[in-house]
Amino acid sequence: MNSRFVMKAMIGFYILIFFTYLFGPLVVMGVTAFNTPNYPQAYPFEGFTFKWFAMLAKDDELITGLKTSVLIGIGVVCVAVPVGLAAAIIMTQIYWRARSLYYLVVVSPVLTPGIILGISTVIFWKDVTSWTGAKFLFNGYFLTILGQSTFISAYSMLVFLSRLQRFDRAQEEAALDLGASYPQVFRHILLPFLKPAVLSASVLAFLASFENYNTTTFAILAEKTLVTVLAGRVRQGTTPTLSALAVIIVAITVVGAVIYEVLRRAEQKKADAAKATALAAEAATPVAVAA
Amino acid sequence: MIEVGKYLIFLGPLIVIAVFWAMATVERRQSGEPGAKSFFGRNGIAISVFLLAAVGLWAIIMIVLPQLYMVDFSFHPKLPPRDYGGPNDHYTLDSYRYFIFGSTTSMDHLNVIHLKAFFMTIFASIIVTAINFCICYPMAYYMAQVATPERLRLFMLMLIAPFWVNEILRAFAFRVLFGTSGLINNFLLGIGVIAEPIDFLGLDVAMYTGLSYAYLLMMMFPLYNAIESLDRNQIEAARDLGAPWWHIHLFVVMPFAKPGIASGCTMVFMLTAGALAAPLILGGPNTLWFTPIVYDRFYQAFNWPQGSAYAFILLLTCVVFVLAVLRVFKVSLGEITR
Repeated sequence: MNSRFVMKAMIGFYILIFFTYLFGPLVVMGVTAFNTPNYPQAYPFEGFTFKWFAMLAKDDELITGLKTSVLIGIGVVCVAVPVGLAAAIIMTQIYWRARSLYYLVVVSPVLTPGIILGISTVIFWKDVTSWTGAKFLFNGYFLTILGQSTFISAYSMLVFLSRLQRFDRAQEEAALDLGASYPQVFRHILLPFLKPAVLSASVLAFLASFENYNTTTFAILAEKTLVTVLAGRVRQGTTPTLSALAVIIVAITVVGAVIYEVLRRAEQKKADAAKATALAAEAATPVAVAA
Repeated sequence: MIEVGKYLIFLGPLIVIAVFWAMATVERRQSGEPGAKSFFGRNGIAISVFLLAAVGLWAIIMIVLPQLYMVDFSFHPKLPPRDYGGPNDHYTLDSYRYFIFGSTTSMDHLNVIHLKAFFMTIFASIIVTAINFCICYPMAYYMAQVATPERLRLFMLMLIAPFWVNEILRAFAFRVLFGTSGLINNFLLGIGVIAEPIDFLGLDVAMYTGLSYAYLLMMMFPLYNAIESLDRNQIEAARDLGAPWWHIHLFVVMPFAKPGIASGCTMVFMLTAGALAAPLILGGPNTLWFTPIVYDRFYQAFNWPQGSAYAFILLLTCVVFVLAVLRVFKVSLGEITR
């Protein structure tokens, strides 16, 4: 019994250390956002202030970067989600001998370091745009969208593939037996089935794009996204405005997570209620089942 | 303007696709099954065109061609743009020679700085991966096998939450923590353990801590997924038969979770070896990390072929590492990216 208690205490201690490691740095940074010194300092706490937040709102470079990031994020969603969908569907239909090569090719961007995707995109398009005379395409927006989509499409393909694994082929066959054409099956059965995956792939794609640094920093050329602006700032030196920005991001995250959790609980409740009524109805009509 | 190498690059993928397509058509004809339909017959023209165009553009123009092109580019000398395809444009090993010898002509000295950085990066990435595994394994096991559903949900949320803050700001947080007038130094000075602030950034303590932190989830989730599908009864059985706890982990849980371990380790290794933000922000002035050197080849030295060569070396190393892990753990690529 005693050794059991020691074991439990050790596990508890480990979990405590683990989450301290996870949250400690962020909490410390959060504190510096409200402290008065010009250098991000958590201890000693010299005085409470909101001035770093006020400075943030006046920071034009950050706001321009934010706009660029959002634009690129939307672009990436528009490219990566349809491509991921198409790639997942082709995976289910491709000639079996070609399948492993195909899989290797389309999954490789996930396993390639981000800087290499950025570098290869820039080098390739620099020459292609100069041969074809389409020099206007050699700009940061276009290249970043392409470079990021290279691996984000693979992410979204994996999302679609995991959903497709649960797809019941019988549905498709039933529709075909009832006289539907293949395009009709695609439009009315496969796409509605994949709809939740479209949503999660879009969210994932946008966040992955927004967050990305390694690919972007090469592909962005003269433009700046929020993340590359931040990276430049942090390298130059540190001011509490960055802490303030982080606090805002964390706050948005927490609010988002809470909303998500509340919605999920509500939906769960609804689903449980529906199941309960269905069960009750079934129990009330045993004759129909028997007949 | 485009020489032979370029033709190969552009036509190669198309030939591969054509060969597979022809094989598929021939086999379908020979099998003579009435139900077998061609790709176009099956999807309808409009959808087929969409599928092929989307995947074709992606796989060929975005994945394969840029990579091949980058490799080709690394074997060219550094030239001003107007000399492309001119008489000076020929295949050369200059960039690779520079990587090893620090000069494109002399072979007298090794390029100690770059070689050291390269091997340090590989070595440090392996260490970071191992540390990550040690940190995550108990947690993954606890969540997968011990925790109650409510606690599991809470832990999941708590795990993901810090990773919503972006990479740069997370690195910044470590800078705040480890700086010469950061919290840790102030604390240590305050309790009198040290008389002078310790330069954690210069000693790369901050960088390694930040790198281990950065890719924690990439290790956590594959491990969790793998351990979660293990039947509790197997653990109970081992325990009933008198296996000590470390036996259970070493001979029951870990062999079962092998694909998850392999997946987590490859992901963390690749991401760490290719990490740019943490080394740039947290690395000291004398830090040896390979990616900032690649970055400098491009945007400080403006030697793009050399940058490509360095990038290719990094890529090759990662590929070799993945293949080695697959071999050692005896798992397939499909299991890793699941």
